[in-house]
Amino acid sequence: MSAVIESNHDDHHHGPAKGFSRWLYTTNHKDIGSMYLWFSLIMLFIGGAMAMVIRAELFEPGSQIVSPEFYNQMVTNHGLIMVFGVIMPAFVGFANWMIPMQIGAPDMALPRLNNLSFWILPAAFGILLSTFFMEGGAPNFGWTFYAPLSTEYAPPTVTFFIFSVHIMGASSIMGSINIITTILNMRAPGMTLMKMPLFVWSWFITAYLLIAVMPVLAGAVTMMLMDIHFGTSFFKAAGGGDPVLFQHIFWFFGHPEVYIMILPAFGIVSHIIETFSRKPIFGYSSMVYAIASIALLSFVVWAHHMFTVGMPIAGELFFMYSTMLIAIPTGVKVFNWLSTMFKGSLTFETPMLFSIAFVALFTIGGLSGIMLAIAPADFQYHDTYFVVAHFHYVLVPGALFSLLAGAYYWLPKWTGHMYDETLGKTHFWMSFISVNLTFFPMHFVGLAGMPRRIPDYSMQFADWNMMVSVGAFLFGLSQLLFLFIVIKCVLNGKKATAEVWEGAKGFEWTVDSPPPYHTFSSPPSMETLKA
Amino acid sequence: MSTDSSYYVPASSKLPLAMAFGLLLFVLGSGYTINNLGNEDSNAHWLLFTSFAIIWGTMFFWFGSVIKENDSGMYSDQLNQSFVWGMAWFIFSEVMFFFAFFLALGYVRLFAVPWLGGEGEKGITNILWPAFEATWPLLETPDNELFPGADHSMAMPAFNKLHTWLPFWNTLCLVTSSGTIALAESALKKGNRTFFKLWMVATLTLGYVFVFLQGFEYYEAYTHLGLTLGSGIYGTTFFLMTGFHGFHVCLGAIILTIVTIRGFGGAFSDHDHFGLAAGSWYWHFVDVVWILLVLVVYVF
Repeated sequence: MSAVIESNHDDHHHGPAKGFSRWLYTTNHKDIGSMYLWFSLIMLFIGGAMAMVIRAELFEPGSQIVSPEFYNQMVTNHGLIMVFGVIMPAFVGFANWMIPMQIGAPDMALPRLNNLSFWILPAAFGILLSTFFMEGGAPNFGWTFYAPLSTEYAPPTVTFFIFSVHIMGASSIMGSINIITTILNMRAPGMTLMKMPLFVWSWFITAYLLIAVMPVLAGAVTMMLMDIHFGTSFFKAAGGGDPVLFQHIFWFFGHPEVYIMILPAFGIVSHIIETFSRKPIFGYSSMVYAIASIALLSFVVWAHHMFTVGMPIAGELFFMYSTMLIAIPTGVKVFNWLSTMFKGSLTFETPMLFSIAFVALFTIGGLSGIMLAIAPADFQYHDTYFVVAHFHYVLVPGALFSLLAGAYYWLPKWTGHMYDETLGKTHFWMSFISVNLTFFPMHFVGLAGMPRRIPDYSMQFADWNMMVSVGAFLFGLSQLLFLFIVIKCVLNGKKATAEVWEGAKGFEWTVDSPPPYHTFSSPPSMETLKA
Repeated sequence: MSTDSSYYVPASSKLPLAMAFGLLLFVLGSGYTINNLGNEDSNAHWLLFTSFAIIWGTMFFWFGSVIKENDSGMYSDQLNQSFVWGMAWFIFSEVMFFFAFFLALGYVRLFAVPWLGGEGEKGITNILWPAFEATWPLLETPDNELFPGADHSMAMPAFNKLHTWLPFWNTLCLVTSSGTIALAESALKKGNRTFFKLWMVATLTLGYVFVFLQGFEYYEAYTHLGLTLGSGIYGTTFFLMTGFHGFHVCLGAIILTIVTIRGFGGAFSDHDHFGLAAGSWYWHFVDVVWILLVLVVYVF
């Protein structure tokens, strides 16, 4: 088993290239992973700034700061950037860094394709953001871009939006093909599928979902393009088409997309909870089956996003029941995390704090999801702030907290330096308090009937909205602290050991911190994992 | 799983960045070109052509370096397996792209059009155009002034007139070509290069005949049948589904043309011919899509 990393024939050094071209031309999974992570952090602040504009406008009732047209552009681009520019690339960044290290591979399976997958993302988002400066302004039809808002009534920049979405999709598909191939083909000898770390499992299934649904999204935007510019009538009833068809196609993509943004989080949190409980994860195989069941069910629940659109009653019932089924595998996961912590030797470092908050607050988002799944009740909740509260609870203290937890957990491994634990805990408590201050009151105003995506609201919602805005500003500020912590850690953190955390298991903890540029020149033995 | 040989990790490369730049220009070029359709002063299409040149040029060098690396023996069996998985999952993504269009056609035929015609649970939508009747192929659209329906559909004629029906010959071409490419591959595996080349040329010929016939069908539709992109949902689904399929046939034909040219130049051996194998899977994939398409677009 004497494998060698072959570098280029005329270039035998194994370290990174010098200068900026290292990042432009790299084929190294760690470099590409870092670029994904920095890209998503930058996009987090851009998308976050848009959220600040939204909350400033909603601080008081009445038209305050921005025009309704610009408000629509803010809402739309905040959603698009957070989904496609922050959460997804950040998880891909984790996948790039951790999957080869966790399965004992020298690199990703297709390294050049890997770099291409990254570099088309800045291109796509550069174009999307440049639409703000074009005639007609940026896309303003919501991140779900329902026809005919996004077709007949869209600004001319919708064409750029469509092609941006195409290449974002291409990036995701190529990235996923790479990840799935790496997992299938490059595991260390003896690492059978059911011995894979849970993060690898979660990405295996996520990559499958991405390859399955990103092309459907491409199909949807292509139909839009044809309807706008080439006279077809997919979404025009006058020609025999149907605007509701758009919603079906969009949500056939959109619901698996929701799980694309949360399954890798499950993987990250599972690792952190087992490390800081000093116990192996409870019910490993049931965790795997739960992820797989959630993924399969995600293909048959899409129309619960459109209960009020006018579906036959059989459709309403089918989608209501299939949606509720998802609570079962999700419940399995929550119980397994709790059982892992039960009677464990718990310590509460920053990654663990974020993970415990993840379990608690993600469950709140899950429970409000069950409320929304009840078709007759959904007629009251639909398109109110209750929905906004629901999906922000699964995305912010859900997906984003897991990303922060994972970042704190693996930062010492990536950089070779410890982060500042006091500042990390400060960041956690500030985020935890402000995230609840931001999103919990949205449940109340939503149930009372405040509609989403409107720049003004009725007087009776004023107090809660002011509170929400204060929470949002505080949350935005807290993330600047995170940026400071990361930079401080990279520049002058304390030296980290190879194992970093007492009780951490897996191949990534058997190598130095930071790991060598090419982690495993020969596949590691599973024996080294037994502790 | 790992094997005993080493896994080749390529050194840093300019190709991905060039490709990303090509795609950036492609988005800008197609955006500006489409937004300026009908504007004679626009130069945006040159941006689009430049992007095509960069994309195709990069692919030429990229595949060229992969072939060179393979010929110099840098690729292990394990790495070749990565290419197999990569191609398989790529084809799966293509399947899902077509799935979106089949989903659209199914929804329109099973729900949207009958409801507009007043049938079924949501037949209330008939109040929009009370005179509209649901039929398929849909030749009278709800608003015939906005979307003038076609004069004739492409539906299958009576059985004894099958030979006058283009899709029949198209199906024959494509199904046969799936067989000839399989023969080409098995000839290569047996080391019979003459038959390998012969069957590749046969496959290509059938593929190009298919593309030509499809183009002729579009010409007929536009000039004699009044069937256009603007003839309502029937024309929409007909042109988009056969069009994207035809586009993929063209891609497959380009792949196989390159494979054939390389084959004539002496490339591929009986055990090392992934370019051919991948092209052949792709060709079978467009064949399967075509058969499904004939069934739901033309026959039923």
